[in-house]
Amino acid sequence: MGILDVKNVSKRFGGLKALSDVNLSIKENSVHAIIGPNGAGKSTLLNCLVGKLIPDTGSVMFDGQSVLGRSPYEINQMGISRVFQTPEIFGDLTVMENMMIPVFARRDGAFRMHAVAMVNTETDVIEQAEQVLEDMNMADKRHMTAASLSRGDKRRLEIGMCLSQQPRLLLLDEPTAGMARADTNNTIDLLKQIKDERDITIAIIEHDMHVVFSLAERITVLAQGTPLVEDEPQKIRGHPKVREAYLGESG
Amino acid sequence: MFGLDKKDTTLLIIVALLVFLAPFLLNPFPADSAMAQFNAGYPDLMQRFVIFGIFAIGFNILFGLTGYLSFGHAAFLGVGSYAAVWMFKLLTMNVIPAIVLAVIVGGLFAALIGYITLRRSGIYFSILTLAFAQMMFAIAYSDLIGRFVGTSITNGETGLQLTLNDPRILGESATPDGSIPLTNLFGWDMRSTYQMDVGAWLFQFNFGYYFCAVVMLIAFFLSIRIFRSPFGLMLRAVKSNQQRMNYTGLNIRPYTLTAFIISGMYAGLAGGLMASMDPLAGAERMQWTASGEVVLMTILGGAGTLIGPVLGAGFIKYFENIFSKINEATLHQWFSFLPDGLETFVVWVAEHFVGSGWHLTLGILFMLVVIFLPGGLVEGGQKIGGLFSRRKQADEKSKATKTEPAE
Ligand SMILES: Nc1ncnc2c1ncn2[C@@H]1O[C@H](COP(=O)(O)OP(=O)(O)OP(=O)(O)O)[C@@H](O)[C@H]1O
Ligand SMILES: [Mg+2]
Repeated sequence: MGILDVKNVSKRFGGLKALSDVNLSIKENSVHAIIGPNGAGKSTLLNCLVGKLIPDTGSVMFDGQSVLGRSPYEINQMGISRVFQTPEIFGDLTVMENMMIPVFARRDGAFRMHAVAMVNTETDVIEQAEQVLEDMNMADKRHMTAASLSRGDKRRLEIGMCLSQQPRLLLLDEPTAGMARADTNNTIDLLKQIKDERDITIAIIEHDMHVVFSLAERITVLAQGTPLVEDEPQKIRGHPKVREAYLGESG
Repeated sequence: MFGLDKKDTTLLIIVALLVFLAPFLLNPFPADSAMAQFNAGYPDLMQRFVIFGIFAIGFNILFGLTGYLSFGHAAFLGVGSYAAVWMFKLLTMNVIPAIVLAVIVGGLFAALIGYITLRRSGIYFSILTLAFAQMMFAIAYSDLIGRFVGTSITNGETGLQLTLNDPRILGESATPDGSIPLTNLFGWDMRSTYQMDVGAWLFQFNFGYYFCAVVMLIAFFLSIRIFRSPFGLMLRAVKSNQQRMNYTGLNIRPYTLTAFIISGMYAGLAGGLMASMDPLAGAERMQWTASGEVVLMTILGGAGTLIGPVLGAGFIKYFENIFSKINEATLHQWFSFLPDGLETFVVWVAEHFVGSGWHLTLGILFMLVVIFLPGGLVEGGQKIGGLFSRRKQADEKSKATKTEPAE
């Protein structure tokens, strides 16, 4: 039993079977990578975990509770945070405001008509947000509009926003896609630090093998909607089935 | 002050001063001079400034913060007016119960319509609100519900008016001299006006205006508090990125619905005040053109800014008043210095932009603002302010460079 248990999950898009009978268990406080060629169904699987898609069959249990049929915000409140392939941040708001929103969401829940207080007198929220900004090395950018950040900083901010909610499971969809080498390495360091300092489970989808092998404790290889193998990183390297999936049958 | 930071307090004080001194500020020209037609310090016009200011402030809480563009907010203003007039007919001519009921009714209708329309966003939401408002207009205009229940509710196209036979349980149906009693605040008559002659100038201080002005300042203060509250931050987050909001554990619908209800209550308040100044209510207040007007006010002034909607409302109502008053004779007078043929031509052209053609002028003004100042009048003000501070900085820089060699 892991913190997240996916059982017999299938998802069709019309005639296309994007996921067929996926079984996956992610152990608590581990870093689990999901890799596979383009179109393997990795993002679809992630979408089924966070309520963006509802699988046709199967079950998804988080910490013993089913997530199926719940909306994204409810699943987030259960303790699952997600970082998107292209950073999803509040572009019109300042970095500090971006960081405060998840802290408010954690403290006040999914909705609170909190109009009597003023944002700048919510000292506990401000302190927590400042703390995360410092952890992210972004404190000097707190007054900048989020949309004006560099791509790497946007990603950092988004990861920070997810972390400020203190999630139990953090899902990352290709966090380094389109990043320069230096930014990628920064992100690796950041995730390593997070993993060392917190009780957190991380599931990461990634094409960049350097990232995968630097972080993952377990790897699942997905191809054509089915998990091929799941094992430790060393055993995945050079696994014949993995090569086959990536290079095609003829390869 | 009242929990506001220094900048917001200053803004509130400036607005309060402008509003309280409006009878002077809006009447800069002597009463008999040719320029007197540009004066705007008349009670009914000043009342319209602040009442539409309230309407736009409320609309801005929905549109400016969450980005949901409603094209049906005049409906809530309309029901507020009807509710207030009914209160005058049934209960008392004191405006307080009327205004309270107008706010509640505006909020209830907004809750119902918002609950349905907020299932969609973007253009679909706008169209839905427009459809609902037109339905309500049609119902009011044909007095559909009144015909159904047997007694008139909206009095159809004539509009709802006071009569000498109204019960007015806590007041009197008619005054001793046989006329309809006047709207008042615990005996202070809304119409009572103090006239002050200062040389050639005439200033009018109307009780109704000052009552509306105080209500507007309270409404403005509350909107500042909403803007600066955690709730306001969430509304801005809705506008910025709904996807991220969902995946941050926040339920968007109750936020947008609350904003919708608040703006509906502001609209109801504006409608109630309108009826308090002039106790009648007609369906035309709910027309889609009236809904469009508040959209124009908010965008023209600067959507999402605190003061923008108030400026937009003042701007539109002022120019509406000035431009629609100008007629052919005035134009001939203005352009009489031109040669005859040219004068006729210029007047012929200008005619289309004044009087009932005022909407043409409004359209052009609106286009100019949206193209050159997408942030509205507030952005214009900031640009001018920026120009000055840059000049100041430049001055200081040049001073600094001048003193350097001397050291
Ligand atoms: N909403 C959708 N409607 C129809 N087909 C979809 C939808 N989402 C994904 N698919 C299809 O399902 C398959 C799996 O897509 P998915 O995005 O999960 O792949 P992926 O493993 O994340 O690929 P990549 O590495 O390119 O991101 C693809 O063939 C894709 O075209
Ligand atoms: Mg993908």
